[in-house]
Formats: sequence, structure tokens, C-alpha cells
Amino acid sequence: MTETTQPHAWGTQRSADSQLKRNWAKLRRNKAALFGGILILIYLITALLASVLFPGSPSAPNLIHSLERPSIKHPLGTDELGRSILGRVIYGSRVSLLIAIGVVFVGLLVGVPLGLVSGYYGGKVDFGIQRVTDTLLAFPGFLLALALVSVLGVGLKNTIISVGISMVPIYIRLVRGCTLSVKEQTYVEAAKAVGTRDRIILLRHILPNVMIPITIQTSLGMGMGILSAAALGFLGLGVQPPTPEWGAMLGSGRAYLFHAPHVATFPGMAIFLAVLGFNLAGDGLRDVLDPRFRL
Amino acid sequence: MLQYVVKRLLSTIPVLLGISLLLFFMLRMIPGDPAQVLAGQMATPEEIENIRHQLGLDRPIFVQYGIFLSRLAKFDLGRSARTQNPVINEVWARLPNTVVLAVAAITLACLFGIPAGIISATRPYTWFDYLFTSMALFGISMPVFWLGLMLVVIFSVVLHWLPAGGTGSWKHIILPSFTLAAFVVAFITRMTRASMIEALSQDYTTTARSKGLEEKVVIIKHALKNALIPIITVVGLQFGLLLGGAVLTETVFAWPGIGRLIVDSILARDYPVIQGTILIFGLLYILVNLFVDMIYAFIDPRIRYD
Repeated sequence: MTETTQPHAWGTQRSADSQLKRNWAKLRRNKAALFGGILILIYLITALLASVLFPGSPSAPNLIHSLERPSIKHPLGTDELGRSILGRVIYGSRVSLLIAIGVVFVGLLVGVPLGLVSGYYGGKVDFGIQRVTDTLLAFPGFLLALALVSVLGVGLKNTIISVGISMVPIYIRLVRGCTLSVKEQTYVEAAKAVGTRDRIILLRHILPNVMIPITIQTSLGMGMGILSAAALGFLGLGVQPPTPEWGAMLGSGRAYLFHAPHVATFPGMAIFLAVLGFNLAGDGLRDVLDPRFRL
Repeated sequence: MLQYVVKRLLSTIPVLLGISLLLFFMLRMIPGDPAQVLAGQMATPEEIENIRHQLGLDRPIFVQYGIFLSRLAKFDLGRSARTQNPVINEVWARLPNTVVLAVAAITLACLFGIPAGIISATRPYTWFDYLFTSMALFGISMPVFWLGLMLVVIFSVVLHWLPAGGTGSWKHIILPSFTLAAFVVAFITRMTRASMIEALSQDYTTTARSKGLEEKVVIIKHALKNALIPIITVVGLQFGLLLGGAVLTETVFAWPGIGRLIVDSILARDYPVIQGTILIFGLLYILVNLFVDMIYAFIDPRIRYD
């Protein structure tokens, strides 16, 4: 038995490798996705090497240099407290990366199991989960995040929880839909027929086969997460000063729009480029991995 | 059709109950006494006690929910902790401003998005297509509040053409509606392009062309008519996104709508108003989706709801 399964397993591994290579080649040919990947790479490097790229504190005020225009000393100018906008944008990438990862983690952690269970078991469990999902979807995602922030309060942790929960219904719907189709496949029926436990079927047979749409949604979700968290920060309901967060920086820059428009310009540009990177990468992944949903 | 409308209206009941549960538990999730929270920071002990009695907070939770539902059915959401005005009056006074802004934005978005999508679909992989699809992607990725601020810098600070915010004349609505339109135009362009490409590859389009019909007629009368359902769906769905965007746009341009009201209420911890605005947003979203469903029947006679 072992002798017959080994070459098969090896063959499967080899075909998976060549599929991966084919997809990678397709992804590299997709110029938009490549550009998105480069933007994400720059963003990650900036976030990880923030302290190397900008030694010194991004939050220490220096009132003598307040609201200076871009110069050689301060390439992006300074804010109302004389802090370098470049430094705060660089450190802001760290905060927004943390938010993006946290938000997607919350969405995945809650949404994927519920979507799997809802699609796999059906019946009353599905009905219950779907009615809750319907209710959450009755609110536009950002409003749901706002409602949650109004209860939980402001701050980094609550921003992540609120925006993350607002993404949960999207993951539930996505994973449920895919589970409904995967559970009808012969290999799932075969696993059931040999008495495999539901938990094993869900984790070993269904979950790996719904990973492609989850991966695509995760890339798009990170962009959405950055955007929503920045929007909360802009309204004063997200990460609070003096933490350098792009949305909050934009919000405080609004007061100086007439005299020092650079204060609001550069953090917004950083948000735009980061979100564009994730959207381009997400679109590219969708084109390569799941062309049915190409728009 | 009437039967469908009634059926569709009834199907919104579970969602409405879900929204009421969410609103009900929202207050109970806040640490502290809900009566104190509803009464506001400045309330006297008598006022707090009065609210506690009105809401039945000293009674079992399901009785409290029953009281909450009966008040909700009468649109009685209490009084604002800040102004002491009935919440429904506060919301009602600002609702027209948000509706005007939303309608202006969605009109602008359709006026640009649908033709852009059609041009992209009829000239795929040309520079027109790349231009419009890139613009769409930029629109999706751009923070609406940043775009609003940049438009203020250009058109108010530098050029002095348009007011930076507030209301009063037709000029005041231009920047907010463009900002909000940019937020949704991307989705409309992408969906129009995708559904037009599909419609243009169908047999009926080939037949129409083989009959010698003018290309303009083929595109508008044959392809666009068939591609309209997904486009209308996405326009309807974008309305929700638009409401989310309205919160930000109204803040940027000091536009006195319910989006700004919710932000001001959250900052002031005025929970009755927060509940009221969330309820209205939820209801608006449900109503728009219902309206979109009904439009289908008019556009596509193959859809037989009864």
C-alpha cells in the first residue's frame, strides 16, 4: 500500500510545484500585480526598518520648526509641533502594517471557522449564522466599525477589533459559498464514506480548497483595513496622538490646510500607495488564481 | 409584482430585528450604567432614575428588549444627551442633506462610470481601457477624506473657485459630491466593463451585428440593455459604501448631514443619537436594496417574481 501511495504522493507534490511555478510566472507577467508587489515590498521594508531609516523619535516636538515647508533638512516638511513628517510617515507605516495584519487576523479568525461550519453543516446552524451575517451586512462596513468604536472606545487595539469585526461577514459569506461547492466534491464524499471525522474533513479537505479565495480576500482586506483604520484615525476615533498614524496625521493636518497643505498631503499619499499596492496585488492574484472573478 | 413587494418587505423583518438587537446590546456592552450613559454626563440623579424607569432597566432583560422594540416601532429613540431634543428630530433635520449629497454623488458616478466602462469594454486593452481601469483602481485605493482635502487645496485655497465647506449655494455641493462620487465611480466602471465585455461576446450581439445594425445601436440597445442588471446591482450596493463615505465627506466639508451627526455624537458619547443614526443608516440601506430588487423586474422581463 505504501509503495503504491508514495509515487502518487511524490507526483502530486511535483504537480503542485509546477502549478506554483506556472502561477508565479503568470503573476510576474502581470505588470500591475508586479507593481503592487513592489509597493508592498517598499512598504514592508519601510515598516521593518523604520528605526534605521529615521533614527530619532518621530513624536518628539520641536516647536521652533513648526509647520516648515519641505526642505533638504525635512524633505516632507514639519507638522504643527515641528516633528518631521517624513519620520512620522515612516513610523506610521509600522502602525498601519500592525493594523492591517491585526484586522485581517480578526476577520480570518472569526469569519473562516464560521463560514466553514455554516456551509458544511447547513440547516439550523447555517440559518443562525447567516441571519447574524445578514444583520452585520445591513450596515456598510465602515459604519459597523464606527458603531463598534462608539462602544469599545478609541485606540489601537479597539481600532483593530472594530475594523476586523466589520470584515467578518465578508469572510463568512466568501468561505460559506466556497464550502458549499467543495463539500459536494467526490473526495469529501469519499472521506465521509470512510468515516473521517467532520473536524478532519473541514480542516484537511475543505479548508485547503477554499484557500485561494481567502488569500485573494486577505490581500484586498489588508488594503481595506488600512483605509478604514486611517478613516477612523482621521475622524479622531482611531489611534490617538502622539502615535504616528497616517489617518490621524491627516486629521490634524486639516486645520493647517490653508497655510501648510503639505502636512495633510504626504500621509494621504502614503495611505494611497499602501492601499494601491494591496489592491493591485489582490487583483493580480485573482487574475492568476481565480480568473472566474476577474472584473 | 405586489406579491413580490410584500414578500420582499416581510423578508426584511429578520434583518430589522437583528438591527434592533444590535442597537439594544450596543448600550449594554458599554461599561457602566446604561441609564447614566443615556442621560449624559450632566444629568441629575432624578433624571437618571427617570430614564431607568422608562427603559425598564430594573426589569428582566427580555422585558427591557420588549420595551425597546415598542419604542423603536414608534421611532422613539429618546432624547439627545447634548441638546435634549428628541433624537428623531435631530436625525430628520439632517437626513435631507445627506440624501441630496448621496443622490448627487451617485448621479455623477453613473454619468462618468457607465460611459467609461462601456468605452473600456468596446476598446479592450487599448490606452482608453488602461486609462479608465487605472483611474478606477486609483479611485478604490484613494482615501476619500484625502481626496476631499486635496480638492479643497486646489479649488479653494489655490484657485479660489469653490467654497471649502458648508452649505448655502449650489457651489457648496460641487466638491463634496465629486469627492463622494470618486469613491464609488471605480466600482461602477469596473462592473460596467466586465458585464459589457460579457454581453458583447454573446450570440445576440453577433446576430445584431450580422443584421448590419450600426455599432452604436448594437452597444446601447443590445449589449448595454442586457448588461444593466449587474450594473444596477453594483450601483445599489455602492449606496451603502456611499453612506460610509458620507460620514467622511461630510466631516471634510462641514456638510450638515447625518454622517457628521454620527461622528459628533460618538465624540460627545451621545448614545441615543448614535443609536438613531445607525438605525436610519441601516433602514436606508435596506430600502435601497429593496428598490434595486424591484428595478430588476422592470429592466428584465424574464424575471418573474410571482
